[in-house]
Amino acid sequence: MRYLPLTEADRRDMLATVGVDSIDDLFVDVPDAARHTGLVDLPLAMGELAVERRLSAMAARNVSAGSVPFFCGGGAYRHHVPAAVDHLIQRGEFLTSYTPYQPELAQGTLQYLFEFQTQVALLTGMEVANASLYDGATACAEAVAMAGRATRRRKSVLSGGLHPHYRAVCETYAQFTGETLLVQDPAPGGGEDLMVLVDKDTACVVVQNPDFYGEIRDYSELAEQCHRAGALLVVVVTEILSLGAIRSPGEMGADIVAAEGQSFGNALNFGGPYVGLFATREKFVRQMPGRLAGQTTDAEGRRGWVLTLSTREQHIRREKATSNICTNAGLCALAFTIHLSLLGEAGLTGLAQLNHALAVTAAERLAAVPGVALVNDSFFNEFALRLPRPAAGIVDALAERGVLAGVPVSRFYPDRAELADVLLVAVTETVTEDDIEQFARELAGELAEVLR
Amino acid sequence: MSEWSQALRAVGKNGGAGVATISGNRALQIEEPLLFEQDSPGHCGIDLPEPPPVKSRLGGLERRGAIGLPGLSEPQVVRHFTRLSQKNYAIDSGMYPLGSCTMKHNPRLNEKMARLPGFGDVHPLQPVQTVQGALELIDTLAHWLKTLTGMPAVALSPAAGAHGELCGIMTIRAALEARGNPRRRILVPESAHGTNPATAAACGYTVEAIPADATGRVDTAALKGALGPDVAALMLTNPNTCGLFERDIIEIAEAVHAAGAFFYCDGANFNAIVGRVRPAELGIDALHINLHKTFSTPHGGGGPGSGPVVLAAELAAFAPVPWIVHAENGFALVESETGVAADAIGRLKGFHGQMGMFVRALTYMMSHGADGLRQVAEDAVLNANYLRVLLQDVMSVSFPGTCMHEVLFDDRFLRDSGVTTLDFAKAMIDEGFHPMTMYFPLVVHGALLIEPTETESKASLDQFATVLRGLIGRIKAGDTASFAAAPQLTPRRRLDETGAARKPVLRWRPEPVHQAAAE
Amino acid sequence: MSSLRFTKDHEWVRQDGDTVTIGITDYAQEQMGDVVYVELPEVGRTVEQGKEAAVVESAKAASEVYAPVSGEVVAVNDALSGDPAQVNADAMGEGWFVKIRLSDPKQLDGLMDEAAYQAFVAEQH
Repeated sequence: MRYLPLTEADRRDMLATVGVDSIDDLFVDVPDAARHTGLVDLPLAMGELAVERRLSAMAARNVSAGSVPFFCGGGAYRHHVPAAVDHLIQRGEFLTSYTPYQPELAQGTLQYLFEFQTQVALLTGMEVANASLYDGATACAEAVAMAGRATRRRKSVLSGGLHPHYRAVCETYAQFTGETLLVQDPAPGGGEDLMVLVDKDTACVVVQNPDFYGEIRDYSELAEQCHRAGALLVVVVTEILSLGAIRSPGEMGADIVAAEGQSFGNALNFGGPYVGLFATREKFVRQMPGRLAGQTTDAEGRRGWVLTLSTREQHIRREKATSNICTNAGLCALAFTIHLSLLGEAGLTGLAQLNHALAVTAAERLAAVPGVALVNDSFFNEFALRLPRPAAGIVDALAERGVLAGVPVSRFYPDRAELADVLLVAVTETVTEDDIEQFARELAGELAEVLR
Repeated sequence: MSEWSQALRAVGKNGGAGVATISGNRALQIEEPLLFEQDSPGHCGIDLPEPPPVKSRLGGLERRGAIGLPGLSEPQVVRHFTRLSQKNYAIDSGMYPLGSCTMKHNPRLNEKMARLPGFGDVHPLQPVQTVQGALELIDTLAHWLKTLTGMPAVALSPAAGAHGELCGIMTIRAALEARGNPRRRILVPESAHGTNPATAAACGYTVEAIPADATGRVDTAALKGALGPDVAALMLTNPNTCGLFERDIIEIAEAVHAAGAFFYCDGANFNAIVGRVRPAELGIDALHINLHKTFSTPHGGGGPGSGPVVLAAELAAFAPVPWIVHAENGFALVESETGVAADAIGRLKGFHGQMGMFVRALTYMMSHGADGLRQVAEDAVLNANYLRVLLQDVMSVSFPGTCMHEVLFDDRFLRDSGVTTLDFAKAMIDEGFHPMTMYFPLVVHGALLIEPTETESKASLDQFATVLRGLIGRIKAGDTASFAAAPQLTPRRRLDETGAARKPVLRWRPEPVHQAAAE
Repeated sequence: MSSLRFTKDHEWVRQDGDTVTIGITDYAQEQMGDVVYVELPEVGRTVEQGKEAAVVESAKAASEVYAPVSGEVVAVNDALSGDPAQVNADAMGEGWFVKIRLSDPKQLDGLMDEAAYQAFVAEQH
């Protein structure tokens, strides 16, 4: 067995040293009722080639995004990850290292986490960021919990433009902590009035920018309203690249930013692992969940880094911790950091411009298809279309025609008839003008078939 | 004198280690500044095409200023992160004897399989008929987990062990609420990992700690005494955090169930029993499994993890969405609390779960098979006992006798030596070993918890024991100054954690630009 | 001197009329190691004897400080937020935590005097 270094001779020698006759003697505490001499009913060991064949066969039964014109978004985005990223994160000293609890042995990890925290703070326009959480949705739930701690209030308002998964995770957590959530109805095209819901019992208002339908708004006034009432503004960002083009949440007065960092460095991976970003104001730093890397000096006066403010965390505070979270997203945060390092200021701006320009091109081309209407006034790289028929059926039909045409909103809101004809379309730098043309052509063809 | 002053003094006495260089570099050990200190403004490590000319649709909300990110070329970025990596210890470099962490070898086949385009380049919201292979993989993993544990159901979406604990306790609370009373207390052994009480509190329960008995196992009598109609659950780790199998576990399970409560098991130590013991047969109702421990998905310097939770029949209906179900034409996803999943507690994460870790874990499971996995547990337990026997005459074993996959020592062997557990650990670093888990569990003083895992060879274990014996010999001979000054050979010496917590510096900031004097 | 009382949780209590000043003892700060942060209650908050009133943190541990007496918090040592090291340097003086207006002065009678506390600390070893 290729991963097990002990030989039969080793085992014999070691059993003798331990002073037992057989390995079963070391399992003596297992109750008889749970003791088995045989093997569990699963296949036996397989060599690499055999495992590759099995898994490749499963993989081959999926349509990979790169093999067709691809327009799916809805909180996860297909971006081109530069080749250097994957090579660097697979260096054994990154891939197979442990949490940096022994800082002298982990300055590499601690330095990149410090760089990551800085990048996230800069992008979001906030003062301080943590070393990542599981994903954007859990970051959002943690933000609501933190707002509750910081304001000592129990009620939060969730915008209808918030990603439905993020809303759902907040609702699940709130069920158990007893917080009250006022969840607004989804409203593509806008129209919700959150300011009227803010009062002296509000811990926070949660908005998403760009929202789930892609619309971009200025939340500065809402931020002021919240602050006057002693509440916090939480801004969610699901497409972190958008901050390369639009005004940051910090600039608008956000108190907490909960975001998804998947767009930098991390492949789609069928939904995970992703990387949750969490940023806030300096004054709330002791209320933050998650790990934090802090700068310090060593005994010879040289600059170095350590995990810090650990007394917020479960391994010290136990039931009084800010969260039960133990891990961060480690390698995913590293991939984010490396990708963003390669982009830099100029590359980030350029990549954001490219995404927007392609999205504008696609929106105009698709809205020109008879029966199709663009919902948005504004958008970054994702927008909503209203189709003349339920979008889910059209997406399925187009998939048969070789185009992955986006995400029907009914996938998230199966019971809302008024949303059945809404389609979310994302356009990144991986989309070509030929892809857009093919999408428009197939869409027109599909719609015309029914009209005939 | 403050601890930090003591550390500075110890270093001063022992002096720096070796040759001074002009660059500050030490051969392969190269000093590397922050990215932000290497900015070539306007520079980029990526070449992008020109965007097509369009009219902006950003709603007038364009960014109004620079973000402040540094510009670097690809060679600079590659060199930067390569140099950083060279300052890290890793499983690929050497042993991590970290109790409760199961730092085993991370097979590279796992990485290859996870990067197959059919797994890596697939979007979670594609039409389900275009992702049947992904759903098949998840279903296959679920089958392996259920078979290995003997449990009928599994919730796959939790992103880490602690997240899995949250999932398990939430389903327990939901099941109790469905019976009419969620109850108030959760019992947790004193030796439990901090995530256990933190999780209980996050679900609205108060935590009651149960002491250990003289053998290091949970005090069964005290536990039974603490049970009552307001106890929702017991959270137990088995084998426990002292590395011992809870012998009375079936009796404990019966008492817990008789009191109308549920039995949650923390599966962090599953490596000791995988393939040999099925937790279902111990009476467990919910168990989270750390895929990054028993099933070798890489620790990645702190994540990502994955913590699926196997569930008993009484809890299955409450598992969070999404559920993967068998439908007429293949696999289907149930993504909201409707139909079969009407009683689900809701959703714990965006999308479907840590698919990248599922691929890696299943690759590992298939590589080992039923026979290999059983061998994993046996070799893990053998390795730990071998170390116990090699060290028991010079270190103080907290609970003498057979252990499972990890062995617990305490600091009695350091008493009156002037060397603390911390100093001892730092001296190990200079010897090329990552220290073992220290000061956990809390049930003994100055704990040192050693878990070698099954992927350490006999030679590696022999060397480890030799080094520890040598360090202890040095202490006995009266050489303790080097321990206080350790580590001496690492890229950085001991770091000022006090200062880092008193005045946290959590990000880089540019130097303030000095205003020119008024003209 | 004799106005100083002590608890089994290593807190000291100095009475001054109807208010007391509390802090942690020199023994406690030594056990704690370098103090990095003290979480203090708000002025005006009511505290109950035996319940948590403050938290003192080192880099690696957090310890609850229990109110030795019941009453209303009338002052907290704001200097500690900028300089938590005061707790180590002068635990019995400048490192004080909270001033409480007593609701039940008789509670002081149940606390140890200096001699009893020294004896108690000696037993800890």
